[in-house]
Amino acid sequence: MSVVTVQLGQCGNQVAHQLFDTVCSDAQDGQRKTYCTASTERFFRRSSQGDLVARAVLIDMEPKVINHCMNEAAHSGRWSYGDTSHFSQKQGSGNNWANGYCVHGPRHKEVVEELVRREVERCDRLAGLMAMMSVAGGTGSGVGTFVTQGLRDIYPKSFILNHLTWPYETGEVIVQNYNSMLTLAHLYQLSDAILVHENDTVHRICSQLLNIKHISFSDINKLIAHQLGSVLQPALTADSHGGYSRNPLGELVCALACHPEYKLLSVCTIPQMPSASIAYSTFSWPALLKHLRQMLISNSKMEEGIDWQARPPAASERSRSLTGANTSLANLLILRGKDVYSAETGGFEDPGLYTPWLSSGEALNLWKSPVPFNKYEKSATVVSNSRALLRPLDHMVRKAWNMFASRAYIHQYVKFGISEEDFLDSFTSLEQVISSYSQLC
Amino acid sequence: MTQSIVVQVGQCGNQVGCRFWDLALREHANVNKMGEYDEALGSFFRNVDSRNRACGVGGRIQHLKARAVLVDMEEGVVNEILQGPLGEVFDSTQLLTDVAVGHMTYGSCYWEQIVDTLRKAAEHCDCLQCFFLIHSMGGGTGSGLGTRVLSLLEEEFPEVCRIVTSVYPSAEDDVITSPYNSVLAMKELTEHADCVIPVENQSLVDIVSKIKHMSDGGMPGRVIKRDSTIISGEGGLSGAEKPFDAMNNIVANLLLNITSSARFEGSLNMDLNEIAMNLVPFPRLHYLVPSLTPLYTLADVSIPTRRLDQMFSDAFSKDHQLFRCDPKNSLYLACALMVRGNVQVSDLRRNIERLRPSLPFVSWNQEGWKTGLCSVPPVGHSHALLALANNTCVKSRFMELRESFTKLYRKKAHLHHYLNVEGMEQRSFSEALNSLSSLIEEYDHLDATKGKLMRDAARLSIAR
Ligand SMILES: Nc1nc2c(ncn2[C@@H]2O[C@H](COP(=O)(O)OP(=O)(O)OP(=O)(O)O)[C@@H](O)[C@H]2O)c(=O)[nH]1
Ligand SMILES: Nc1nc2c(ncn2[C@@H]2O[C@H](COP(=O)(O)OP(=O)(O)O)[C@@H](O)[C@H]2O)c(=O)[nH]1
Ligand SMILES: [Mg+2]
Ligand SMILES: [Mg+2]
Repeated sequence: MSVVTVQLGQCGNQVAHQLFDTVCSDAQDGQRKTYCTASTERFFRRSSQGDLVARAVLIDMEPKVINHCMNEAAHSGRWSYGDTSHFSQKQGSGNNWANGYCVHGPRHKEVVEELVRREVERCDRLAGLMAMMSVAGGTGSGVGTFVTQGLRDIYPKSFILNHLTWPYETGEVIVQNYNSMLTLAHLYQLSDAILVHENDTVHRICSQLLNIKHISFSDINKLIAHQLGSVLQPALTADSHGGYSRNPLGELVCALACHPEYKLLSVCTIPQMPSASIAYSTFSWPALLKHLRQMLISNSKMEEGIDWQARPPAASERSRSLTGANTSLANLLILRGKDVYSAETGGFEDPGLYTPWLSSGEALNLWKSPVPFNKYEKSATVVSNSRALLRPLDHMVRKAWNMFASRAYIHQYVKFGISEEDFLDSFTSLEQVISSYSQLC
Repeated sequence: MTQSIVVQVGQCGNQVGCRFWDLALREHANVNKMGEYDEALGSFFRNVDSRNRACGVGGRIQHLKARAVLVDMEEGVVNEILQGPLGEVFDSTQLLTDVAVGHMTYGSCYWEQIVDTLRKAAEHCDCLQCFFLIHSMGGGTGSGLGTRVLSLLEEEFPEVCRIVTSVYPSAEDDVITSPYNSVLAMKELTEHADCVIPVENQSLVDIVSKIKHMSDGGMPGRVIKRDSTIISGEGGLSGAEKPFDAMNNIVANLLLNITSSARFEGSLNMDLNEIAMNLVPFPRLHYLVPSLTPLYTLADVSIPTRRLDQMFSDAFSKDHQLFRCDPKNSLYLACALMVRGNVQVSDLRRNIERLRPSLPFVSWNQEGWKTGLCSVPPVGHSHALLALANNTCVKSRFMELRESFTKLYRKKAHLHHYLNVEGMEQRSFSEALNSLSSLIEEYDHLDATKGKLMRDAARLSIAR
């Protein structure tokens, strides 16, 4: 089964490009025929010459980024984008969600949907759609929301996963909190699950774990692609009867997003280290899993600076706030590499990690693959539907709300047809999400 | 890619514009070594063959024609441009001069001609994004006709962004009536521009003399590369320097940096329509104080991190500002950092974190930073930074302006020159004054919030 990726805006295009590159080089590394075939079928099709072509549609309102991605891919010699699978205009959405959602989105609806339809028709079987974008700009966020809405109408039964890049908190687009808020509020009604990477967190990992001195967007995107790849590459799941799972998106959604009020997913991966050190390092499953578990509990995305004091409450303790631990609705643990079947994952079944409404058997899902991922002999990833994103979400809404209280920048949105009323609706629905996650304990 | 049109009005506007075109050609020649007419060039230039027919992107450069409209009421400056080395990049039909007509005359054939020329220039663009108006506030033509053209642009092309570069007169200006001109023009700028980038002649003079001083008496080991100073036109088409050239090159560089991310690739693009979107929280408060760094580079080429960080600090020091005011002791509403060259996102993060504590931001925009990374540096530099600050500090300069206006106006000095012109009434003067006063008041209101501990707005509550 195959996934069709829709990459939107500068960020969406740059991140998705890196994802294809990572997945492709991982699949082709070494002699692992079944794994390679499964991965390739998932993300690529064959051109008439037999070359790998990404199952992707590239969309941006300005041409530069798309041209760059197409060229880079073509020059990789390993894969490329389809010659006619892209759509761009001349002028970006100017960091204005309203411009993307109310103007560019509707104006190009037909063309964009036709491109996606063509890509879908090239799949023998469609696993689902993945839309990748940032929430801070205007195209990824605004056009991305509009396109997701259109795809939801056309493919009501398909899985739709949105991958969102959240901006640095200390600002890079000044209206980022408005754009993020409007995007999230709308996607929450449309998407099956929303997988989030925060630029701040990824940046910190690049700096502290990978020891990169001058961090570029390319470094950041490699790390995001690594984490995403470790989730989306073929694995054996409970339902896959000994073969590689067929529908990564469907199984991901079923494992994690079982409740319509809880759709926000975050990812942690271990180990992450400078590529030069990988070859000289050995890992044991117990140590990796112990760290990963504590990263999950203490809600830190890195194994450094973990709060080892945080612990799940014992059955006798009623309040979690005392122990400082994160609470999950559901977790998906993915292990890849050597001796994977010997790994002991009982620590993730601790009922203290989860809300009482679900049994830990329902709340934890496990995927495994004996094939090492992206050069790491062993690696473990947890995708978590938990309170992990509550704090950044709350900050985002608070800042947007403070700005809204002074009505700053509102005229820029009104100009394109988004009213104060629309803002209030979006604020209301996100306060609802915040409240739901706050009650998770 | 999109296109922009430069409208240069009056002596100042045309002289600054002329430097812009020279340096823009130099910049593109430096990047585009193959002589191909590419998208980047297309944003400010048309490519035509010998019979003046347009040639598309991808072909060889034949004759480049600036996307410019030159307007003046005297022939001197424009003729000089036409006869100079840059003459070729302008089409005679783009030049509009008329000595006879006063600036408020509607419907005259000169006015019709301006409208016509602008429309033609726009027709040559397949996606017109922005008008750059360059003019002075002091002179009669730039301030009067310049701002009339501005409201015309709004009427004719409401969707196209209008960014105005306004040269403010220094205290001892040669034009006695410059306070009148400036205040009358301010009303139009406040009402009809998307952004105004004020530039002050005194600041330009100071920068020029500082650079001259450094390159003449430089300390040993700190040799300045002559062709890399921001006032240098070396490598351009124009030969001997004219009096204003050094100053005007600074403004030309400012314009090149503003537009660089729209023309060239980068890992974080900043398009022209992102400027107003990010920097203008309230429509009238759109005056953006520019600072440029580096103003020169030292001859040795290795750039330690320290010097890169210095560039960011410099952008917040007064002697790199092109407008005289005191942002650090006022209130930032928003700030953009537009970076060119080999600079990464980690350099941006580090410097924003470092500078933030010393810069007061309005309570609802504590993280009011907009950043852009363009990979092509300016000629002669490895990197450069343009900061645009929307800051209440412009208020004090506007108050000075109001004061010198009132001084003249109280005595009704020189008023008859204006009232003789058809369509001008005394009411225009009081309206302009009111407009300026209310602008100052709006800045005042925001200033009043400074230093007060602002509590978060009470959040919406949700029925559980
Ligand atoms: N991780 C990551 N973030 C990026 C990248 N490029 C841009 N961003 C982030 O994306 C946000 C800006 O959105 P863009 O993707 O540039 O905007 P856009 O969707 O193209 O929309 P407009 O340009 O406004 O039309 C900011 O939060 C950036 O930090 C990238 O390559 N990687
Ligand atoms: N920076 C700069 N300022 C100029 C230049 N020419 C004139 N000025 C200033 O512009 C003002 C006079 O306006 P000017 O452009 O000569 O008048 P106009 O032709 O009637 O618009 C004064 O403040 C001058 O100092 C120039 O080339 N560069
Ligand atoms: Mg963009
Ligand atoms: Mg952008």
